[in-house]
Amino acid sequence: MTELTDLSLTQAVQALRQGEITSRLLCQAYLERISRLDAGLHAFLAVAPESALAQAEAADRRLQAWRENPAGPLPALLGIPVAVKDVLCVAGMPCTCGSRILEGFYPPYHATAVERLLAAGAVILGKTNTDEFAMGSSTENSAYGVTHNPWDPSRVPGGSSGGSAAAVAARLALAALGTDTGGSVRQPASFCGVTGIKPTYGRVSRYGLVAFGSSLDVVGVLGRDAQDVARIFSQIAGYDPRDATTMDLPVPEIDLEAVDLTGLRVGVPEEYFISGMQSDVEEAVRWAVQALESLGARAVPVSLPHTRYALPVYYLVAPAEASANLARYDGIRYGPRVPAKTLEEVFRRTRGEKFGPEVKRRIMLGTYALSAGYYDAFYGQAQKVRTLIKQDFDQAFAVVDLIAAPVAPTTAFKIGEHGDDPLSMYLEDVFTLPANLAGVPGLSFPVGFDRQGLPVGMQLMGAHFREELLFRAAFAYQQITDWHTRAPEIAAA
Amino acid sequence: MTLTLEEVEHIANLARLQLSDQEKERYREQLSAILDYFSQLQALDTSAIPPTASVLPARNVLREDQARPGLSREELLRGAPETEAGQIRVPPVLD
Repeated sequence: MTELTDLSLTQAVQALRQGEITSRLLCQAYLERISRLDAGLHAFLAVAPESALAQAEAADRRLQAWRENPAGPLPALLGIPVAVKDVLCVAGMPCTCGSRILEGFYPPYHATAVERLLAAGAVILGKTNTDEFAMGSSTENSAYGVTHNPWDPSRVPGGSSGGSAAAVAARLALAALGTDTGGSVRQPASFCGVTGIKPTYGRVSRYGLVAFGSSLDVVGVLGRDAQDVARIFSQIAGYDPRDATTMDLPVPEIDLEAVDLTGLRVGVPEEYFISGMQSDVEEAVRWAVQALESLGARAVPVSLPHTRYALPVYYLVAPAEASANLARYDGIRYGPRVPAKTLEEVFRRTRGEKFGPEVKRRIMLGTYALSAGYYDAFYGQAQKVRTLIKQDFDQAFAVVDLIAAPVAPTTAFKIGEHGDDPLSMYLEDVFTLPANLAGVPGLSFPVGFDRQGLPVGMQLMGAHFREELLFRAAFAYQQITDWHTRAPEIAAA
Repeated sequence: MTLTLEEVEHIANLARLQLSDQEKERYREQLSAILDYFSQLQALDTSAIPPTASVLPARNVLREDQARPGLSREELLRGAPETEAGQIRVPPVLD
C-alpha cells in the first residue's frame, strides 16, 4: 500500500473529503517522518506536534460534519499539513529568523499569510530553517546549523528557504511557505527538485514577515508540483489593509485543466546561458523549452541586456534596505540583551555578538552604500540601473508571454564549498536576482537531473500579476514529464 | 578600491556594531573586493535614467482614522529582555 505521505496535496484534499483518510492520520504520518528523518536533515527549527494534532482533529470534525451534511463549500486546504519558514510569525511558535538575536522570541500574532493558511484549514507542523534573516543561498548562514540536501546530505539545499525546500523534497511536509528577496524560493526549489513560486511584488501580504529588503521581499510557496503550489498561492494572495504594498487586484481562479499551450510565446534570453555554467543544467533547460514547444508553445530568442548588472545592483539595494530594517534589533524590545553599563554599549555589544558574520557583512555594506559621500556613486547609481533592468523585462514582455531560463548556473553545491568567499556565493544568485529587481513573478520547477543525480530546475518568469500563466505552463509540462514525482531515498540518521 | 581600517570603523560605528580587530580586518578585505566588483556599475551612463525605488505604481494609501483593538501591553512586553512596572527597562542613556 502507498504511504500517506506519498499523496500529493491535491490527492490528499480529495481523500480527506471522501473520508478515505483523516487529517489526524495524515499529520501523524508527517510528524513520524520528521522525528525519524529530520535529525539527519535539519529542515526544521521548531516542530509543534500538539498544536498540529489539535488542528488536525478540528479539521476531521469539520470534514465529518460536512460528509453528513454537505452544505456549502469546505475551506480549500482543510486538514493539510504544511510548514512555515522561520521568518514568518506564527503566534505560539518561536520566530528566530535563523539568528541568535531573536533566540527565544515568540511573536504575539500571526503573519497574514499564516492567518490565511489557517483560515483555509491548513495544519502547521512547524518552522523551517533559513539563512540568518534570509541572507544567503545555502542555509549555511543559519545560526542553528545547516540543512542538508535530501538528495545528497553532503550538499546544501540552497537558500535561504532551504529548510522549506528540504522539508517538501523529503516529504516532511506537503508544502511550505518560503520567502524570496533575491531567489530564496526558486533556487532552493531547484536544488531540492520541488516546485516554488515567487509571486509578483505586492501580490502577497508581508504583514508579519520579518523585513529584509523591503522593495524586494515576497512571500512564496514551495510544493511538489505546480498544481499543489497554485492551490496554496491562491489562498494566501491578495490585498491586505495591513500591508500598504499589496495591490487591490482580484486573485484569479487558477484553472489547470487545459494542457494546450498553443500560441504561447516563450522567450529564451541569451544572457542566461553563460560560459562557466554547468553543461547538464543548460542541456536540461533547453530540453524543457523543447517540451513546452511540443505542447504548442513557440520559443523566441529575447535579450535582457542588463542582466549582468543585476548582481551589483541587488547587493547594493538589498543590503542598504537591510541595514535600515535590522536597526530594530538592539537588545531592547525583543531577543536577548548583552548587558553593558550604558545604552549605547548595549546596542553595540548585542548587535556585535548576536548577529552572524553574513548579516554583519551586509549591514556594513548597506551602511557604506548609504553613507555621506558614497550615496550617489553606489546606492543612487544602483537604483538607476535597476530601472534599466526593469525596462529589459518590459520590452521582453511586449513580444513574449513568458521567459524561460535556468534558476542557477549549477546544481546543489557541497556544504562549505564557498568557504569564506562571499562574492563567489553571491554569484550563485545571478539568474534569480533580476526578477526581484523588476518585481516580476517567477516559478521554479524540476526539469531533470545532472550526471550526479542532483535535480535541475528551470524558472518561468512573467509580467506583473501573471502568475496564472506560469502555473498553466508548468502544469502542462508536468503532465508530460515525471521529474516532479521523483523522491529522494533518505536514510535515517 | 581599498577601504581603510578607519573607514571600516566609521561604518561599524554608524551601524552600532562592535567588531573585533580580526573582524574589522576581514570585512576591510571582503568589502574592498565586493565594492571593486561593483564598480562596473560606474561604466553605465545613467544621466538620463530615473531611479527605481519601488516597482509598483506610486499611489497614496489612505484610510479612516478609527480606533481598533491592538495587542495588549502585556503581550508586547513579553518579548523584551528586561521589564519593570509595565515598561521596558534599559541602562542609563548617559554615563
